[in-house]
Order: sequence, then structure tokens, then C-alpha cells
Amino acid sequence: MLNAHQQQETTSLSSHADLHLGIKGMGCASCVATIENALKEENGIIKAEVNFAASTAEISYDPNKITPSSIRQTIAGVGYSAVEPRDNSSDAIEKEEAEKEAEYRTLMKKFWLAGLVSIPNVLLMYPDIIPGLVELMPPASAERIVVWGLQGILTTVVLFWSGSQFFTGMWSALKHRSANMHTLISVGVTAAYLYSIVATLLPDTFPAGAAAEPFWDVTTVVIALVVLGLAMESKAKGKTSEAIKKLIGIQAKTARVIRGGVQKEIPVEEVLVDDIVLVRPGEKIPVDGIVTEGTSSIDESMITGEPIPAEKTEGDEVIGATINKNGTFYFRATKVGKDTALANIIRLVQQAQGSKAPIQRIVDQVSAYFVPTVMILAILSFIAWYNFGPEPRFIFSIIALVTTLIIACPCALGLATPTSLTVGIGKGAENGILIRSGDALQTAEKINAIVLDKTGTITQGKPVLTDLTVMPDFQDGDVLKSAAALERMSEHPLAEAIVEGAENAGLSIPEAKNVSAVTGHGITGTLDERHILIGTSKYLRENDVVTDGLEDIADIYTPQGKTPIMIAIDGKPAGVFAVADTVKEDSKEAIELLHRMGLEVYMITGDNTITAKAIAKEVGVDHVLAEVLPEQKAHEVQKLQSQGKVVAMVGDGINDAPALAAADIGLAIGSGTDVAIEAADITLIKGSLKGVVTAMDISRATMRNVKQNLVGAFGYNVLGIPVAMGLLYPFFGVLLSPIIAGAAMAFSSVTVVSNANRLRFYKPKGVQS
Amino acid sequence: MSIDQVIVTLAGFFLICMIIKFFWMKGKNKGSAIALKNGVQEQLIIVKGGYTPDTIIVKRDLPVRLTFKREENSSCSEMVLLPDFDKSLKLPEGEDVSVEFVPKQVGEFEFACQMGMLRGKLIVAL
Repeated sequence: MLNAHQQQETTSLSSHADLHLGIKGMGCASCVATIENALKEENGIIKAEVNFAASTAEISYDPNKITPSSIRQTIAGVGYSAVEPRDNSSDAIEKEEAEKEAEYRTLMKKFWLAGLVSIPNVLLMYPDIIPGLVELMPPASAERIVVWGLQGILTTVVLFWSGSQFFTGMWSALKHRSANMHTLISVGVTAAYLYSIVATLLPDTFPAGAAAEPFWDVTTVVIALVVLGLAMESKAKGKTSEAIKKLIGIQAKTARVIRGGVQKEIPVEEVLVDDIVLVRPGEKIPVDGIVTEGTSSIDESMITGEPIPAEKTEGDEVIGATINKNGTFYFRATKVGKDTALANIIRLVQQAQGSKAPIQRIVDQVSAYFVPTVMILAILSFIAWYNFGPEPRFIFSIIALVTTLIIACPCALGLATPTSLTVGIGKGAENGILIRSGDALQTAEKINAIVLDKTGTITQGKPVLTDLTVMPDFQDGDVLKSAAALERMSEHPLAEAIVEGAENAGLSIPEAKNVSAVTGHGITGTLDERHILIGTSKYLRENDVVTDGLEDIADIYTPQGKTPIMIAIDGKPAGVFAVADTVKEDSKEAIELLHRMGLEVYMITGDNTITAKAIAKEVGVDHVLAEVLPEQKAHEVQKLQSQGKVVAMVGDGINDAPALAAADIGLAIGSGTDVAIEAADITLIKGSLKGVVTAMDISRATMRNVKQNLVGAFGYNVLGIPVAMGLLYPFFGVLLSPIIAGAAMAFSSVTVVSNANRLRFYKPKGVQS
Repeated sequence: MSIDQVIVTLAGFFLICMIIKFFWMKGKNKGSAIALKNGVQEQLIIVKGGYTPDTIIVKRDLPVRLTFKREENSSCSEMVLLPDFDKSLKLPEGEDVSVEFVPKQVGEFEFACQMGMLRGKLIVAL
């Protein structure tokens, strides 16, 4: 994905354009010259380099003189086929998985060695309390020294093999004059190790009364635990990005295209724009496109999160990687390779998962000072124990030093935010919600007012014929047919609604004559020798029609938010059509859920107040901002913000772009393949308002998770470090064992990652099962 | 206070001073301006326990291409983030991964790993 992204940017930066193509059919090295020469003969090609080994071509061209498709034709003309360069994202994921798995196995091997050596180390630490052992190795005997020496040899192996990554990690950080978790663990276990060597070899250096006892167990057990913690953490971290792996995994592998009248199955990366693709029942749709023939219902849940299959017919958009349920159809490819909706989604999600949430700034501040501070605290506690502690002072000092170094866990802090973000943003993608960044996720949680655009957001965004009332002496079907005959010649959206209404009623629409339209007023024409007038009441009256009866009917429709259109036939009032933009079926439910989440809901529209209020009443919105010109929408959003509200704006992403940008969070209701909406912080792939509920809920759940993690990680360190230093000792006589510290440290970061993983199983509101 | 206590205390404080000096008083890393290649300011950054170089000076309004090469398998450094430019990169071990952008504002911008443990600085000058 990255390569694809980079490539786009190269294109936009330079004065010329670059094209990276895969080439199929190259059998030998001489093919290189054939293709290069053919390309160089074309006007507009600046540079063409074909790589035989990689089967690729790097082409620089002047976009004013030549297009990518004619470049492809040139290559095809000399007998090769140009394909989309292989999108290696799935390969990269596989490689990464393999690397992770190898890392896990190595860590586990290291753990087993350290664990095995730990068993005798722990048992032999207390020979005096284990029956039988005292007789074998009495205190201060030569036997005991030998046993300790053997333990020391095994421990050395553990330290330098099982614990090797701590030393290399410490060393590469030290070269940059920085310190990390590895530094703390290395210094801690090395201190315990060096002390143990001295205690074993030179027990006499200890002051009288201080029993010289090595801590071989501390070194090996701490290494075992921390290495096990790292292994578990790496497993758990792999799961946090499972959502993106699923998305990458759903890409189709092959496509059935029709070329030169012949059907053939080709790898999906070879599908070109404008190819006609055949899809049979049960098959995956390979790329994005528009249906040219046939109908089917398509399961789009993997992209949109919508569980109910979508009915598709000629002219409808289909999305790559969705599954065709029952029909067979043909479609024309419109987006292939890195341009498909799925590729865009993957790119956006990866980008977002790698972004930072503002809440993390505090961690960043802390982490720059954390490790050296812990080292200083460890030294201070050593000094304090040595000066003021009970006997054996030296041993207590060593324990406090080692425990403090080992219990501190910078990793838990560092992992707290990014792991939750990765899971939360992935959860969004699974449900057809693309959250652009950690910033957007965090702001969405604070939203308390939400502004919904009416047209296309609450409503379908397309007027439909809702009612027809005819005067006595006229028949419904006849009036509708006559109106449709005239309106078919018009491109006005209200006209389309009437034509569609007639088609839906199963009427065949006859041909009208002498049709002429007066923009904004009405239309006239003749059908079967009858003169027909359609339009506003003013238009009809200007043409000498008595509209009194029609006005009465219109007065019923207007307060319902419907637009009345009158019709007269041969100068006689015939009927009134009511056309309205209907509400999406789940808008009402979604708005109720938003209310229940404690949000103030506003509806914004350019419509007149009557229509706006009618819709608002229908869906249960209590604040209406009507008669707002498109360019004023952003201003209305700012007005709410100036009242101290944190505002989310939901709109279509094109007309509402300024308002989306002005809002604290802009949510674009996308449709189909157009997922990369620039102005939006969050894109809802499915057109339903329920997505807003889900987005809000995901942001709240994720931020809650982040906060739990941060509180846990900070709390752990803030409590753990003083206890390790021995602050509880004067009061309760409690001093932590370094082994307990090692266990706590190892499992604190595992806990953070596991808590983030908990989000994977949570079910957001507004999602249908 | 016995003599050994005095020694331990003095040695301890000396160590603390060394830690402070070593980790926190690094002094300003001057960094060097990077060269222009085909109109792009290119820099290779090695990722191993930190970023080398960690201070990069570029000119405003000219495209910048930073190529990161991660030479370790510690998971700490597997991502690099440039939050001020809205970029984040995943760094597979041993692979060159590049990011391109055009800095529009003069100033100092940090780049860091996802956990903020490794840090570097991009200085954009006129």
C-alpha cells in the first residue's frame, strides 16, 4: 500500500507524470528493447525503462501529450500486456506475519531455557529449609560453593542467550544517548548477576553477619518472565491489526473478462479500466465498476457493514471484493488496482492506525524522561538503604536497586494508546466507518451537538412521487401517464420523480408533442390531441386555468413538506401531484439513538421552514436550521461552536465540504466506491445515519479503553516504583522481591495489550446483527 | 556515617550526575542540510535504537524524501510517525521505506516511533 501511496505523490510533485506498470509476456531479455523502443517512438514519452527481472516498466510521460491508456495500448501493440503493478500488500502482510512468528518462536525458546534453569536456581536458593539439602550442602561448606558455582555457569548462559536482546537493545539506544526498557532490564539483571558472582567467589568481602547468598534465581527468573511477557505481547499485538488483515484478505484473486468477444479468466491485477467483467452467482466481484447488463443482489457487508444484500441493476455501482449472491451480470471496470474502494479503505485505515491521538502527548512527554529517572531513583534507593537500612544493609540495597529497575515499565505506557487506536479504528472499518486519524477519534468522543444535513443525509436526497389526487372526471392512471409523457422531456429532478412514479406504476409512457418548458414554472405540450399544462398554480392561472379546487388539495400537501405540482388537461384542472424527498427508513431510529447518547441534534437545510419542520417532525429532530444557503452552512456550524458546543457535521462531502471542514468533526456519508472524501474526518461508507451512531459509539468505547490503559499504566508505575524502592518497609516491613517485580513488569504490558484487544469483541450501537 | 557509607553515597550521586549528563545534556545536535537530488531533498535514515541521523535540516517548499531503513527487529521501532505531516510508515526489517512531502512551514517538527521512545527532528528552514 505504501508504494502505491508514494507513487501517487511522486506524480503530483513533479512536472511530468510517472507510470509504474507490470509487464506480462516477456520471454527473454530482448523483449526489453522491443518495448522500450516502441514506447520511445511515442510522442510524450520522456523516459521508459523496462526491467526484465521484475517484469515492470517505469515510464515518465507528459500527461498533456499521452495518456496511460494509450501507453498501455502501445505496449499491447508490440505483443505484451501491461498490467497494474502487483499490489504487494498481502505479500507484505504475510512476510510480516512470518517475521512475527519467527520472533515469537525465538522468544519462546529463550523463555524455555531461562525457565528450566530457573527451577534449580529457585530450589537451591533455600537449601536450609529443604529437608535433605542442608545435609548435602551445609552452610559455608565447599559443596555449597560448588553448587553455587554450577548455577552461576548456567545463569551466565541464560543471561547472554535468553537475555541477549536486552543487551543489544540497550547498546543501540545508548549509542543515541537514550535509554529504554532494555536498559532497565539489562542493568537490573546485570546488577543481580554481578552481585551473585561476588557472593559466590568472594563471600569474605561481605561484612560479618551478612550471609553471602547469590541471587542466581533473580537473574534467570526475571529474564524468563520478561521474555515470556514479550512473546505474549507480540502475539497479542498481532491481533490488534486483525481487522486490516481481514480487509487485505478479502481481495479477489481472479476476474472473468470479456476481451475481443472471448471470455477469459485473468489475475485481478491484469484487469484494466473499461474491461467488461462477467460475474457469476457466488463469485467475488474483482474490481469496482458499473453494471452494464443483468441484475443481482450483492452482499456488500465486508465493505459497508450493511448485512442486507444490495439489489443491483444496470447503471448501478458495484464494489470490488463484495460477493455476488444470485444473478449473473456484466459490469464495466471503472477503478482497478490501487484505485479501488477496497485499496483506498486499506490505505486510509493503515494511515489512521499509525496516527497519534492528542491524549498521547502526555505519554510522549513522560517517556523522554522516564527511563533515566527510574535509574536515578534506583540509585537513590540504594544509597538510602545503605545508609539507613537494617542489616544486612548491602543485600537490602541491592534488592531495592534491582527491584526498582525491573518493576518500571515504560512499555505499558507506550503501548497504552496506539494499541487501542489500532483496534478501535479497525473496528470502525469492519462496520463501514473510516476514521481518518487518532485525532478524529478523540474529538468525536467529546461531541455534544450534531448537525445533520437534510438532503441525502436524513432523506434519500432524491425526490419521489408520493401522492396524486385527481379531480372528478379524471382517472389516476391517465393523468399520471399524460404528465409523465411531458415530463420525460424535462431534466428537472421533480420531473424525474413523476416519470419514475409512472414507471413504477407499470404504465407505458406515450410520446408527447410540442413540449416546451418554462424554467422554474412549468411545462406544456400535447398528447393525443389534448393540451396539457403542468406546473405551479401561478403558471396554470397565467394560462387561464381556474385553480381553486387544486389549491385546496395543494394546501394539504404543503404542510407535510411535499411540493405540489398541478396539472390541467384541455384547460380543465385535472389533479395535483405531491413530490417529496423521502426520509431514509432508519433515520428516525438513528436520531433517537443519538438523542439517547445525550447529543443535541440539529437539522440544517436550504428548504423552506415548512418543509423542513415537516421532515424534522417525522424523524424527531428538535432543532431546525432552515432556509440556509449552502455557503452559509459552515457559518451556522461556527455559530454553534461559539456557544461552546463541540459540533459534528454530517453531510454528503461535496456540497457540504466547507461545513464539514468547519465542524470539530466532519462526517461524510459516502456512497459506494467514493470513500476517499477529503473534507471528512470520518467517512460512512454505507449511506445510513445509523453509521453516525456507530461512529460515535466506537469513538467513545475506544477512548474509554485508551483511558483505562493510561490509568492502568501510569498507576502501575506510580505505585510500583515507590513500593519497589522500599517505601512501605518502614511502615509495614514490606520489600518486594525482584522476582515479583519481574512478573509484574512482564504482565503489565501484556495487560495493556489484552485490554485493547477486548475492544475487538465489543459490539457498537447502531449495528444490525 | 562510616567510611563505606560515605563512599557509597558519593559514588551514587556521582553516577546520578553522569546519568543526567549523558541522557539529558546532549547539547544541540546541529544536524546538516541535506543535498538536492533531481529536485528532491533526499535523506536515508537508519533505524536502530534510534534514528541516524536524528536531526535533518531541509528547505521549505522543496519536496523532501526521507527513506527509513530499519536494521533491528525490536518491535518498538516498527512504525515511524510524522504527525505534523500526517504521515506514518510501517518499517519492515531491512527494507527501504520512503515518505515524500513538501514542507510548507518553517519550524522544527518531530518524528518518532509510535510509542515516542525514539525521536528525531526535521528542521525546516527558509
